[in-house]
Amino acid sequence: MSARPPRRSATFAPVYLVRHAQVLIASLGRLYRNPMSTLMTAAVIGIALALPATLLVALNNLQRLSGGWNGAASISVFLKQTVSDGQAADLASRVGAWAGVGSVRTITRDQALAEFRRLSGFGKALDALDSNPLPAVLVVKPARQNDPAAVQALLLKLRQLPQTSMAQLDLQWVKRLAAIMAIGRRGVLVVAALLGLAVLLVVGNTIRLDIQNRRREIEVAKLIGATDAFIRRPFLYSGAWYGLFGGVAAWLLVSMALWATGGPVQQLALLYQSQFRLIAADAGTVLTLLVGGALLGLLGSWLAVGRHLAAIEPS
Amino acid sequence: MIRFDNVSKRYPGGHEALRGVSFHIPRGQMAFVTGHSGAGKSTLLKLIPLIERASHGQVVIGGHNLAKIGRRRIPYLRRQIGIIFQNHQLLFDRTVFDNVALPLVISGLRHQEIGRRVRAALGKVGLLERERAYPITLSGGEQQRVGIARAVVHKPPVLLADEPTGNLDPELSREIMGLFEQFSQVGVTVLVASHDIALISSLGHRLLSLRNGQLVAGEASARATA
Repeated sequence: MSARPPRRSATFAPVYLVRHAQVLIASLGRLYRNPMSTLMTAAVIGIALALPATLLVALNNLQRLSGGWNGAASISVFLKQTVSDGQAADLASRVGAWAGVGSVRTITRDQALAEFRRLSGFGKALDALDSNPLPAVLVVKPARQNDPAAVQALLLKLRQLPQTSMAQLDLQWVKRLAAIMAIGRRGVLVVAALLGLAVLLVVGNTIRLDIQNRRREIEVAKLIGATDAFIRRPFLYSGAWYGLFGGVAAWLLVSMALWATGGPVQQLALLYQSQFRLIAADAGTVLTLLVGGALLGLLGSWLAVGRHLAAIEPS
Repeated sequence: MIRFDNVSKRYPGGHEALRGVSFHIPRGQMAFVTGHSGAGKSTLLKLIPLIERASHGQVVIGGHNLAKIGRRRIPYLRRQIGIIFQNHQLLFDRTVFDNVALPLVISGLRHQEIGRRVRAALGKVGLLERERAYPITLSGGEQQRVGIARAVVHKPPVLLADEPTGNLDPELSREIMGLFEQFSQVGVTVLVASHDIALISSLGHRLLSLRNGQLVAGEASARATA
């Protein structure tokens, strides 16, 4: 007779894994047999996870939107009135060959007039003019948008062209928006941390109740030689399942929120002549939700199990 | 197999449940602990699977001094001991089969092996046809036999029973005791706490009599005749 733990044999790992898999499935079955309480817990966790996730998706969309503008934050070179469309096209091809220039688009004087007529609603007033007051414009996209020094140098170079009347780069507001979004991102992190803590508490409390309900079972198991790890295992897996289901619920909630706001956002975008559409949470965000949820659940149940299992001893 | 050496147990409240108890039960012997309620029978049994720890003296089981077994090694000690409780301690949300299988599941046996051993144990106590039943649907005697099957399914060298016939009629009690005798005949050391003097004296096994926490008869290994 021996009161020592058994030696780990060569066959240990597969048996160990099989046992873990059994407990994993068994804990899932236990949740399945109590569908109402499982759904409620998953819903609470889901709502807690959905809030930061929704904010994050909203921020990602905002960034994409401003990213679109960032791309359009090219340098507008307004040429002198005396420059003809032909000369403008000539200049465009020359500028396009410069190092540091991504692309050049020419807006001829007629195109500029047509666009202005369409957008401004001053069609009648324009008709009253006998000549086109608008200059040709070169829209120059810097090759390296993220390098402010290079963009600035390009701007100076364009300003020094004899044909240039005015060249302007308006990145200021894009920078401000980026700064605001950085704050938003930080805010999402804070909210996520707080709600993550809430998830820990929710799972911890659920597992605590679970432990209380199964107190007798735990006592009996301890009496007939169950190790702490054996007793802990189903509770840990339950916690992970709760977290995973919460993650799935959060994903559904975020998708529903996007679906609900998608129509109005598109209408708003149309008002701004934008083809912008909300994009759903990307795979990375979904994976983070699911894995993060499961890990939070595991951690929450770990904390609860550590505190409450030791208190149960057979007498 | 079970050796108590001048063992005392004082509970935190100051109540002294056992005082200087010494005895030795060799391997394969069957013995009874008897005495009035409160005489220390249950406490004596609880010291063996370390449900309680002795305040003084030594308890040695199978050559292991229990004082040297730390908290983390207690489960492995308990796997060497089958325990039968007066109130059965069955899990009512599981079938008879699953209740009996629990010690084997805890030990991590393979599925087929578990099925084989559980049926062997259930066959031994005559409940093979009830393996799919839930304990709540069984009679008191049947529940107790399920408890016995669970206690012996992993073939422990030591078997403890605390008032195993407490709620049973004399005929059932005799049947249960007969099972214990069979186990001791195959080498299991059996220690049964009971106050049913009439029954246990008729069986003629060794008798450890407790009175106010002290052993008043049965220290010697010889068979006693109460």
